[in-house]
Amino acid sequence: MKEIRLLSTSAILGYGFPEASLQAGMERNPHIIGVDGGSVDPGPHYLGAGVPFCSTMAIKRDLRLMLRAAIGAGIPLMIGTSGGAGGDPHLDLTAQLVRDIAAEEGLHFRMALIRAEPPRAELQRRLAAGRIHPLSNQPALSSGTLGRASRVVAMMGPEPFMEALDNGAQVILAGRASDPAPWAAAAIRAQLPPAPAWYAGKMLECGATPSIPKGHDCLLVTVREDGMECEPMNPIRRCTPLSIANHSLHENSSPIHHIEPGGMLDTSDCRFDALTDRAVRISGMRWTPASQYTVKLEGVEMAGYRSISICGTRDPLLIARLPLFLEEVRGIVREKAQAFGAAPESYTLTIRTYGLDGVMGAREPVRDVAGHEVGFVIEVIADTQEIAAAVLGIARTNMLHTDFPGRLCREGNMAFPFSPSDIPVGPVYRFSIYHVLELDDPREIFPISYEEV
Amino acid sequence: MARIRDLARICKSKNAGPFDLTIDIVFDDSALYQKVRASGVITEALFARLYGVAAKDVLLTPYDAAMAIKATFPRLVPAGGIGDTDVYGCQQHAPLLDVDIPV
Repeated sequence: MKEIRLLSTSAILGYGFPEASLQAGMERNPHIIGVDGGSVDPGPHYLGAGVPFCSTMAIKRDLRLMLRAAIGAGIPLMIGTSGGAGGDPHLDLTAQLVRDIAAEEGLHFRMALIRAEPPRAELQRRLAAGRIHPLSNQPALSSGTLGRASRVVAMMGPEPFMEALDNGAQVILAGRASDPAPWAAAAIRAQLPPAPAWYAGKMLECGATPSIPKGHDCLLVTVREDGMECEPMNPIRRCTPLSIANHSLHENSSPIHHIEPGGMLDTSDCRFDALTDRAVRISGMRWTPASQYTVKLEGVEMAGYRSISICGTRDPLLIARLPLFLEEVRGIVREKAQAFGAAPESYTLTIRTYGLDGVMGAREPVRDVAGHEVGFVIEVIADTQEIAAAVLGIARTNMLHTDFPGRLCREGNMAFPFSPSDIPVGPVYRFSIYHVLELDDPREIFPISYEEV
Repeated sequence: MARIRDLARICKSKNAGPFDLTIDIVFDDSALYQKVRASGVITEALFARLYGVAAKDVLLTPYDAAMAIKATFPRLVPAGGIGDTDVYGCQQHAPLLDVDIPV
């Protein structure tokens, strides 16, 4: 029976994995190894600033082991959403790490880079042609929002990966890609049906996350015509029907209808059957091709500059009147900031209160502090870093010194763990584009370049 | 009566994209899962009440294959936006834990 074996090393490139697990995986003769390079989940900063959310030291460690294994075995290595967010700077950084490692290790191969940051003028032209539509109850995209964005990436499907494989690339680094796309590409190219191919990608995109105990580790998936099997490569982990079921719910809005570029994966009639006590067979998935091929667009824009300060109180008298105290501090900050030229509309002051509602904010149902100490993150976002720092400074001073009735701690209300107490965080980005773009050819905005490393 | 924390094997929250939060309650016993579903407690209205969203904005999907119930609704603030408290959305499940189910 036709099958393809796919080995994913970890949840994200740079999260790490045990070397022994990679070795165990390679002993199963996988046809492809790979790892997801990123995610939208760490928030808008990484896409906006063009930096990874894993360190280059950690990325390079994982890459080195994977390159040695893939080139040694003569199989392809594929990485989607390189560098964390999959923009051009993220892809270029990852490509340079690959070239450095190849030089250090004496490895030679053909590398493909697939870009996912289409020129803005191209996106404007497609917007004007009515080919961009909103997702998740977002407003229709305006030309102004598109023009203002710091960076916009498009999320590719499997087709560009298939083209790079067809052209003999052994190492394929892609910009923003649907997480399952490289895996689906490998399986579909091996003439397997799209339903198990996409489902395999959904399991592989997070490494050994669909196993217990959860950890960043290697997962082997075997795809066949009628389903696929998942098995973690570390003997301490097990895939069970419950661990697979849990992962089938991961980060999706519906567990039964998964919209992907080019179609919909329907998992409503899936079965999760234990093959052994640590391997699970998944079957019954269906694929419905879409009448119109679409890819997701993700974009962020600047929202200001942030400064923060961290402190805490252990004073029961202050904790007892916390809401009033914080309101008073806000009033003083408003007045003093106005006096030095920072108008209230030029900044946003947020006093995050850990021990009260720091985690859930306005959705917190518990409205009283039960603990003996309360932590604060004082945060200012302003039009400039200078205003943010100035308003934060006055907020920090007044958290420390503002008087309250019955106050015994007359030298100061707050314990600050650090000097300096105020931290400039830099530019703040927010998601501004979360839309889909219609394409005539799945590859048309994802240019591929090849190089001999 | 029994609380969700005593009945479920998994109760978790996470982002489903930057604008939506998704909450999963997973069981490992088919009879128990069916009883919980039949209790009629886990509804769009329950999430609306616990999270201050409109019931029409809650997408509730029972998933028999996984013995799971999933609810997806808008985040309070988009992930990483000004005022967001939980960029990954992974600590928003707690209000569900003490919901009583008559099983």
